[in-house]
Amino acid sequence: MKRFIGFIKKEFFHIFRDKRSLFILFGMPIAQILLFGFAVTNEINNVKLAIYDQANDVESQKLIQNIASSSYFDVEKMLYNKEEVAATFKQGQVKAILIFEPDFAKKLTKEGVADIQVVTDATEPNTAMTITNYIAAIIKKYNDNFNKITTTPYQIQTNSRMLYNPELKSVFMFVPGVMTIILMLVSAMMTSISITREKEIGTMEILLVSPLKPLQVILGKVFPYIFLSIINAVVILLLGFFVFGMPMQGSLFLLGLESILFIISALALGILISTISETQQTAMMISLMGLLLPVILLSGFIFPIASMPKPLQWLSNIVPATWYIIIIKGIMLKGVGLLTLWKESLILLGMTLFFILLSVKKYKIRLE
Amino acid sequence: MSIRLNNISKSYGKVKAVQAISFEVNQGEIFGLIGPDGAGKTTLFRILTTLLLPDIGDAQVDGKDVVKDYKAIRNHVGYMPGRFSLYQDLSVEENLDFFATIFGTSIEANYELIEDIYTQIEPFKKRRAGDLSGGMKQKLALSCALIHKPNVLFLDEPTTGVDPVSRKEFWEMLKRLQAKGITILVSTPYMDEAALCDRIALIQEGKILEIDTPHNIAARFPLHLYNIAAADTYRLIQDLKAYTQAHSVFPFGKWVHYADKRSDFDPVDLRNYLEKKNHKNIVIERTAPSIEDTFMELAQHE
Amino acid sequence: MKREHSISVKNLTKKFGDFTAVDAISFTVKKGEIFGFLGANGAGKTTAMKMLIGISKPTSGEAEVAGFDVYKSTEKIKKNIGYMSQKFALYDDLTVRENAQFFGGIYGLSKKVIKERTQAFISELGIDDIADHLVGSLPLGWKQKLAFSVALLHRPQIIFLDEPTGGVDPITRRQFWEMIYKQAHQGTTIFVTTHYMDEAEYCDRVSIMVAGKIEALDSPENLRKQFAVNSMNEVFLKLARG
Repeated sequence: MKRFIGFIKKEFFHIFRDKRSLFILFGMPIAQILLFGFAVTNEINNVKLAIYDQANDVESQKLIQNIASSSYFDVEKMLYNKEEVAATFKQGQVKAILIFEPDFAKKLTKEGVADIQVVTDATEPNTAMTITNYIAAIIKKYNDNFNKITTTPYQIQTNSRMLYNPELKSVFMFVPGVMTIILMLVSAMMTSISITREKEIGTMEILLVSPLKPLQVILGKVFPYIFLSIINAVVILLLGFFVFGMPMQGSLFLLGLESILFIISALALGILISTISETQQTAMMISLMGLLLPVILLSGFIFPIASMPKPLQWLSNIVPATWYIIIIKGIMLKGVGLLTLWKESLILLGMTLFFILLSVKKYKIRLE
Repeated sequence: MSIRLNNISKSYGKVKAVQAISFEVNQGEIFGLIGPDGAGKTTLFRILTTLLLPDIGDAQVDGKDVVKDYKAIRNHVGYMPGRFSLYQDLSVEENLDFFATIFGTSIEANYELIEDIYTQIEPFKKRRAGDLSGGMKQKLALSCALIHKPNVLFLDEPTTGVDPVSRKEFWEMLKRLQAKGITILVSTPYMDEAALCDRIALIQEGKILEIDTPHNIAARFPLHLYNIAAADTYRLIQDLKAYTQAHSVFPFGKWVHYADKRSDFDPVDLRNYLEKKNHKNIVIERTAPSIEDTFMELAQHE
Repeated sequence: MKREHSISVKNLTKKFGDFTAVDAISFTVKKGEIFGFLGANGAGKTTAMKMLIGISKPTSGEAEVAGFDVYKSTEKIKKNIGYMSQKFALYDDLTVRENAQFFGGIYGLSKKVIKERTQAFISELGIDDIADHLVGSLPLGWKQKLAFSVALLHRPQIIFLDEPTGGVDPITRRQFWEMIYKQAHQGTTIFVTTHYMDEAEYCDRVSIMVAGKIEALDSPENLRKQFAVNSMNEVFLKLARG
């Protein structure tokens, strides 16, 4: 035990004496949260719209009223024929055009289904997607009101993605995402780098020749990072809560447990990476390409999984971060517990155990 | 018997790092592995310190098998890898303290063994290892390797990149450790250090050329050896190589070492030949072969 | 400056803040001379050499290399010198010929000239069979000899060798020194840094740096006499211990 404590003490010396790692550890989480929270925002304001209302009836007018009165959209122009639709886009005056089908009100009341076409300028795909979602949300709201006053369940097709973020605040999406990235980065990358560094400077040879057991070396290497990751998670949550007013609907205790589980899976991945890389540089490259990119691109953090091509959707299933994001969003935003999240939690647990087993198995007691 | 290797071979892919190496090191001996980079010295060290598995052959350290009893060996050997493997961001004291702790001991408990070495760097004990000179790093690395009182000490090129003063002091320290009964296996690419070992193995391209005491190895040179000098060294070498009876011609500092094929070689013949070639200030004198001469002689016939 | 001096240095000094790495050194190197530049690690060898090859500006003092001033004409100096170090020699992932092509190209040699000169050293070293192998796959000794040949492609007046023979086997080392002798014989000036004293015995003259200053400068033979010892190693030990 004394050996183990001595080892951990040394690890903390390394961490606190290296300005670069200190920055990654504590500067990054704060910078990222603030960056995503304030600068990189998906929110939209006063987007210019054109409307081609072929129905021009009571319901379509009411809906247009609703859209125009929101702060998100300005109705710039009313259009009166198909040719104008194409022309308006070409001029680039508006970001989106709403097209109501003829007999909108009649179809809605008689058939129960009516169509609105939303045409967006997809040269900026993210903005286009957001606009579509916002419009869908307004229509949905209108739809709900409409259904309240009638007995027949009328329906305008909408997307329910923003159901649990009614204020459409993108920061609520980013806090869980950034937390996932930071935990992954700190746990996996820092561990793999710190292990490969010992290989590079040759001290790993001495550690292996010493009576320290391989498991002690591994645990000694990961323990400081578990500790630091937890601190990071707390910092991010506090920032989210106090600076951005992020809600915390569910159990903090459950959130903590799930986070530790995710941290451990990331640490195991870090050890795994260190077993296949000889230099810090390789470890860093593998961590960035093999872990960080999937977390950003595939986990649903930035790009909705539902809109990915099928093969990528399958791929996203094997990224632990995907499940962790679902879990923490569930806990923080929806306030659900294990009853709802047991499946995701089990998957994350399974993955963690798998990675631990693999990394312990792959960890070498010799040099090759 | 402190170290025994029996027919050890090891390859990395196609590269044969060491081939059928056998030798024994006695208790309390300083045994040198002498050879250039890439000769296989480090591979042998790693096999003996249980860091690598040999492909063929078996080896014992301190009576224990390097494959089966690797845990026992790891408790009783000290190892100083090729580059001084220290934590650059830890201070001298912290490095030593760390290695003491992981071997389950403390600086105080074994101070007597390292005192002689450590006192030389103790004034700098608060300094980071990264800021030390080559010689001080070397002393710290040796202290770290000794902190758990090992029976056998493995030193892989401990003097590479270290200035002559530190090199000399280092060998003096090794002699004192030997006097305390520690067996030392040390490697070096420098022939002049070979003479300081009790016995040496000359090693090149994974094979052992010869094993013996430094004196015997030098004496093993098969021919008479001559120091030759002239005003123009470059032309001298060319002309000596062109001489039909030349066995070997190697520049050796300011001299050229020359050995003749004939047993009844008369230096006067050679002098005449060189004079005919217009050489000035010719000097020809007998000289005693060194370990390096034997090494080159053996390597040439490999 | 008369052309019999390839390098002439007077009171050359380099300071980093308060620390004087090179302290007013003065010496000259004759054309075709093999000049050994000795000193322990940290004695200031590398800093001094960096100034001479034009990649570090002196704090004060004068120096001319190949007839050019180290303050004003660093580009001309670089064109007229060759440089080879143990740490960086050739690209491991290029073949011998590709390396030669690249380094020849840097010095603005025409393709034809590079080809001719490359073939010349390949034939001379007798390595036609490995000329198209990746350098990384060759033994260390070969790499050093090849690096030396490549550094000579543009026929520099002076060649700077930074610890060129560390770790190579004794025979290759001799072959390397034979190559150096040959160049010196042809009039190339050789400037070798090393901290191995036995290497010094091969030089025409050596300087020994201790703590930024040149403490000894003469032929190895005279230095041994001066300090009444048998080897350069002992000369160095005497100097370092004061």
